[in-house]
Amino acid sequence: MRLIVNGRERELDDGLDLVGLLRAHRLEPRVVVVEHNGRILRPPQMEGVDLSEGDRVEIVQLVGGG
Amino acid sequence: MSIVAHGGNGTPASPGGGLELAGRTFRSRLILGTGKYPSNQVMAEALEASGTEIVTVAVRRVDLSRSTEDALLNWIDPERYLLLPNTAGATTAAEAVRIARLGRAAGLSDFVKLEVIGDERTLYPDTAALVEATRELVRDGFHVLPYTNDDPVAARRLEDAGAVCVMPLGSPIGSGQGVLNPQNLLFILESVSVPVIVDAGVGTASDAAITMELGVDGILMNTAVAQARDPVRMARAMRLAVEAGRLAWEAGRIPRRPRAEPSSPREGVLV
Repeated sequence: MRLIVNGRERELDDGLDLVGLLRAHRLEPRVVVVEHNGRILRPPQMEGVDLSEGDRVEIVQLVGGG
Repeated sequence: MSIVAHGGNGTPASPGGGLELAGRTFRSRLILGTGKYPSNQVMAEALEASGTEIVTVAVRRVDLSRSTEDALLNWIDPERYLLLPNTAGATTAAEAVRIARLGRAAGLSDFVKLEVIGDERTLYPDTAALVEATRELVRDGFHVLPYTNDDPVAARRLEDAGAVCVMPLGSPIGSGQGVLNPQNLLFILESVSVPVIVDAGVGTASDAAITMELGVDGILMNTAVAQARDPVRMARAMRLAVEAGRLAWEAGRIPRRPRAEPSSPREGVLV
């Protein structure tokens, strides 16, 4: 399936869920926030979220800034 | 120039009191940014040395092509510091609102530093967009701290829109030029009843003291500390300067006089 992840088109295995995608990038849900098709998900809400063709996923974190 | 801060710009409501924002009181009047330090270790030590209780952070996409980086949150204890996510990078009200919501989800508080840049070269804010975004975020339960220019009219509009304070620039972000137009900050202090926090422009400790002597409620800075040769020492200097400037304002400076005034009695001189 094809998705847009952080603004770039990605080809991912069918059946991969959101937690699986994070795990594939060795990201702890604790330190990131996800926006899935415009809906903001905190760590507890990321469990059991399925991904499908055409989804838009933003994975963001807090970084140093002024 | 008669921008001397004597009379006319108010007296402290509660000398020795702290900075009040949305019902919370902070002892420190210094807010520190977390960008551009040589390392996370130095940043953590600088935060400690500054005595700050509020730190700004930015919201950014995770770089998925790189291996996992050292997360900022490993270095900042959210129990100790209020995390203030900013909306840096936004150039429209809608972008700022979206970034603010992501920041709230990550930072676990309703406080947000609202930034909408209207001009890339000067990093001046788009004040019309700030007012629009403030209204929407306040409706959504945020405590909004907007970075604005040193315009008293814009400051009043932001207060009317529900901002918990206004944060005018002293000079352009990262420029280290100090407060270029102190008169405008005095106008802002007269125009709004919410706290006034100078955000951007401070270059060194004397700038911070002079800024606080105007009677503003606090200062937000980043580059002046992070890019100093010794950020930890500069953080301590800024802590002392902000406290000194505040104390001097609360104490009330003497008026400037054109002529000398002897410190010893004129009477009883032995000649």
